[in-house]
Amino acid sequence: MTDDKPDDPTPPDDGTFFEMSDRRLFLKQSLAVAGLTLTPFPFLKTAEPDSDETPVGNAEKVRFTLSVNGKKQQLSTDPRTTLLDLLREQLGLTGTKKGCDFGQCGACTVHVDGQRVLACLSFAVMQNGRKITTIEGLAKGDRLHPMQEAFIKHDGFQCGYCTPGQLMSAVSCIREGCANSEADIQEYMSGNLCRCGAYPNIVKAILDVKTGGQNA
Amino acid sequence: MANTQLPPADPEPSLNRVDGRLKVTGAATYSAEYPIDNLAHAVLITSTIAKGRITTINAKPAEAAPGVLAVISHRNTPGVPAYPPVKQPAERAPVGTAFRVFYDELIYFSGQPVALVVAQTLEQAQQAASLVEIDYQTETHQTDFVANRSKAAIAANVQRNKTSPFQDYDRGDPDAMPSAEVKMEATYTIPTQHHQPLEPHAIIAVWEADDKLTVYDKNQGVKSAQGNLAQAFKLPRENVKVNAQFIGGAFGSGIRVWPHTVAAVLAAKQVRRPVKLVLGRELMFTSVGYRPFTEQKIAMGATKTGILTAIRHEGIGQTSAYEEHLERTILATRAMYACLNVSTRYRLLNLDVNTPTWMRGPGDATGMFALESALDELAFALQLDPLELRLRNHADADPERNLPWSAKSLKECYRMGSEQFGWKNRKPEPRSMQVDGMLVGYGMASSLYGFHRHPSKAKAMMQADGSVVVQSATMDIGPGTGTAMTQIAARILGVSPQKVRFDLGDSSLPDAPGQNGSATIPSVGSAVHDACKALKNKLLILGASMPGSILSSAWPDEIVIRNGRIYPTAESRSSVSYTDILKYHKLPQVEMTEESKSGPERDQYSMYSFGCHFVEVQVSPVTGEVRVKRVVTCADVGKIINYKTARSQSIGGVVGGIGMALMEESVMDHRYGRYVTSDFASYHIPVHADIPQIEVFFVDQPDVHVNPIGAKGLGEIAIVGVAAAVANAVFHATGKRVRELPITVDKLV
Repeated sequence: MTDDKPDDPTPPDDGTFFEMSDRRLFLKQSLAVAGLTLTPFPFLKTAEPDSDETPVGNAEKVRFTLSVNGKKQQLSTDPRTTLLDLLREQLGLTGTKKGCDFGQCGACTVHVDGQRVLACLSFAVMQNGRKITTIEGLAKGDRLHPMQEAFIKHDGFQCGYCTPGQLMSAVSCIREGCANSEADIQEYMSGNLCRCGAYPNIVKAILDVKTGGQNA
Repeated sequence: MANTQLPPADPEPSLNRVDGRLKVTGAATYSAEYPIDNLAHAVLITSTIAKGRITTINAKPAEAAPGVLAVISHRNTPGVPAYPPVKQPAERAPVGTAFRVFYDELIYFSGQPVALVVAQTLEQAQQAASLVEIDYQTETHQTDFVANRSKAAIAANVQRNKTSPFQDYDRGDPDAMPSAEVKMEATYTIPTQHHQPLEPHAIIAVWEADDKLTVYDKNQGVKSAQGNLAQAFKLPRENVKVNAQFIGGAFGSGIRVWPHTVAAVLAAKQVRRPVKLVLGRELMFTSVGYRPFTEQKIAMGATKTGILTAIRHEGIGQTSAYEEHLERTILATRAMYACLNVSTRYRLLNLDVNTPTWMRGPGDATGMFALESALDELAFALQLDPLELRLRNHADADPERNLPWSAKSLKECYRMGSEQFGWKNRKPEPRSMQVDGMLVGYGMASSLYGFHRHPSKAKAMMQADGSVVVQSATMDIGPGTGTAMTQIAARILGVSPQKVRFDLGDSSLPDAPGQNGSATIPSVGSAVHDACKALKNKLLILGASMPGSILSSAWPDEIVIRNGRIYPTAESRSSVSYTDILKYHKLPQVEMTEESKSGPERDQYSMYSFGCHFVEVQVSPVTGEVRVKRVVTCADVGKIINYKTARSQSIGGVVGGIGMALMEESVMDHRYGRYVTSDFASYHIPVHADIPQIEVFFVDQPDVHVNPIGAKGLGEIAIVGVAAAVANAVFHATGKRVRELPITVDKLV
């Protein structure tokens, strides 16, 4: 469907890339990145007496590649930048929403290599070489994804802020085989909060797509 | 069901949202999402103490951090021109003073904005914010409602205003209560609850010139925000532009201009660059108001046959130390039921917290939880069906104002709701119904909400190509304003809704009230109606003036317009189109602006919406877990403009009410005066798995006395009474009456 074909990640030549092919290595390196950026400032400063100078700054931008909505991009960013902030603040893809920034609301749900992921809980550089699909990449040109059509038909939103996350989750929910009943959908969609209370309509939309036999 | 509704005259009564495509494709632009050049990012630092003063701020490490443009606090703020000069030494603001951001060193609540870090990037601002060192001198704070209850008093605001509805109120015979045949008395508590829209509050502030300000701000009223900012910064109103086209929910949190908005505007002034400030979820608990902690005592007297003879309703609401927030808490009790003898009292308790604000169904959702729970208790004491008790005390006219209702179909709501729900299957005894080992409970409650209509303007324009543009500075925080207005315009002008574009959320458009109090459809809908009607008449006159026009001898009330073509009568075969008329007169467009407002009808009728909710819960006898299994909700809100969006709004109100009843509670650690529930992991709102399918019914009869469209608005009443219906169902299931929300398992096992 909307996910692009597997890309052939071109390895970088300057050595600043993280190797992402091995899952264990990936985890180790994510922890290293997380550790570095989450360590309080004083610990980083142990070797330097003058605390007015901070080492955490512009100089340490990291280069990496991402495929976003089918377009491969060479990027360079602050290692502290989350995937969510990268999309919203640097790539202009504001369809992915920041609701809580703590992984508690689901508004930032995107697909990474075809799986639903909370973009706020992931540093951008950790996604090197991966394929990201955001809400902006769900439709095929002017043709909406069946789930988008179903959300409109069943009024699966009011304010629309949680909607991109609900949609990305809804597409995954069917793909994961977790949309076989109303109860299943309610369970597997519970990570996506909606304060306007559109839940019953969202569930109907997902069931509609599921039973319509359309390829979600 | 279908035959209880008027045949919808609208050809597309369930039109899909006009902005649906934008919302499902991620193209709808919310406040923090405008692409602005040279944008700087701000992070707010808030106080860690609840009362006291700032002694030192060491901003040097932060200022030296990469990318940092400024660290703004009371020590170096460019200042809000409307604030009075700071006194030395600083003095606490008297009650009634809106909070002044970065004004002096005094701290009024934990979470108060004390500094703002502005940097080139968000990451730099976040990092630098962690480097700002602030020392405080603390004073003893009071944040505990229960411990301070005895200090509650009549609001100063009410003492000054002898006609305030919050004055002590007594009607009828004070001896009616003591002599009543059957009596009940109980106290109901609602904790602090937060709006928590999914979109956090956010602003981009841009000074276009030294005296010209543009903000992209999350709020519920662009015109009131414009007025407030113009006043604060002493600018001509027209020099302030407020944009808010898409709002990711608000539920009341966006009615006021909050300190963080002013802080961002100050920052943009200081760094001479556009500044973006997005509140983190934690700050959403201390920055944009909340439903106040409230305690209510209700006493009721009745005859043995269930006729109410006396009601006494006392309410205490929490507010901040600097402002008084009053809400309707006890007011519904005066109008809801036919009772001759009614007393109400309303008191406020000032605490060292931020000021509460209106949250969906403000006051009424609170008051009706108590009143409708109390009625259920009385019904049990009388061994009378709760619905029957309400029917026996139905108010056929407003017992408070002694006026006829403009319209009231509450009995029809009761009938529809109880039939659809199967209320007759309810066994009267609590704990008497079970299924699969779960205790089953049926509960119901009534709802009401006052009618609000404010002066509104709309401009309607017919373009040469036959398309229509309608504009008003109204808002859409989620209900579907643009969709409803499009339908009204399309119906009046006789064009397809696809030909209509409705513009909103921009302070440069014609004046309209903010989106609150369910006033948008009644107010702006009427203005759109009037503007389109005036436009149509103007176009008909232009059409009739064309040589040999088929309209020249037509009777205005016989004219029929379909798809932009005007027929002299319904049977006519010949027609003239809007485009023909504009083409003949060589006009690029024809426009009309109208203002619409209430008239003397406000003094002739009492205007309310009414409704009811029926709820089935299942409660585990082992764990006390409550699951809502079914809800039927009915409302009489006059004419329904769009069934689809109205239904969604009703469902949303019920979901909010379920949250209020079963999970929402902002818990404060009073040692620090700070919320411990400051994220979605600890402040629970309903999720998918908590919400069943919800059935919605409308009476859908136009209220001919309220406005030209007969519609009364729906957003607020949708939540009123829901929490009581849930609590009453829980009592029926378990025999336990929970009077302290939320109804969590610890209160049931």
